[in-house]
Amino acid sequence: MEIIVLLILLATGYFFGQLAEKKHFKSIIKREKAHLHFPVVTMRTPPAITQHELNAELVAGNAVISIDFFKKFVASLKMLFGGRVTQYESLLDRARREALLRMKEQAALKNAFVVMNARVETASISKNSKRRNSVGAIEVLAYGTAISLGKKIQR
Amino acid sequence: MLLTNLEQVPGKKIVQHFGLVQGNTIRAKHVGKDFLAGLKNIFGGELGAYTELLAESRQEATDRMIQQAISMGANAIVNVRYSTSSVAQGAAELYAYGTAVKVDL
Repeated sequence: MEIIVLLILLATGYFFGQLAEKKHFKSIIKREKAHLHFPVVTMRTPPAITQHELNAELVAGNAVISIDFFKKFVASLKMLFGGRVTQYESLLDRARREALLRMKEQAALKNAFVVMNARVETASISKNSKRRNSVGAIEVLAYGTAISLGKKIQR
Repeated sequence: MLLTNLEQVPGKKIVQHFGLVQGNTIRAKHVGKDFLAGLKNIFGGELGAYTELLAESRQEATDRMIQQAISMGANAIVNVRYSTSSVAQGAAELYAYGTAVKVDL
């Protein structure tokens, strides 16, 4: 009986998980293309623009992404042998790119032309209280300073 | 209030330092939302409720930091940093800190 439940959970996890991931990656790639021209840098010195005043504003984007049952199961098997755990790699990749995109989109709304000192931070939100080290979901926060042009400096 | 995580405010001169300002908030998860999130753990995908909850809480931490800076008489906070840590099972602390300064406007 328990095996049947496990198999059903694995099947639904696999089916919906793959579906959700494919859809998400499609949307990420589409939006990344749309924001290709928008630079996000980790430099800290503002650009030397003297003709205009510069406005600085903090922008941030976050995303919480959960892993599906199938991937979690496969990953826990892989942990026995060690090596690359691609299941978690794609999860983190998705979350980071999504968070960065949300930050970019917010910066674009503010008419910024660059995001400086971008930082990405990851925190794991553990769901299961019984197994403390299990990764249920991860949160990624991306933040930086959006720089936009202000009014022209008169000389 | 000007917020930036650069070390200076572009194009403006820092005239006075006030030191570290900080704000924090600790949030626990909602039981109903937690149940839904548990289901999502089977299907995978984004947990929209959590994304919102954390963004909101982070904003609250930022607001507290801003309040502290205002009470000191600052008009900008530079070098803002965020950090997240889990203090207890099911609760997370969101922390924002930075340096309060006064700039020439």
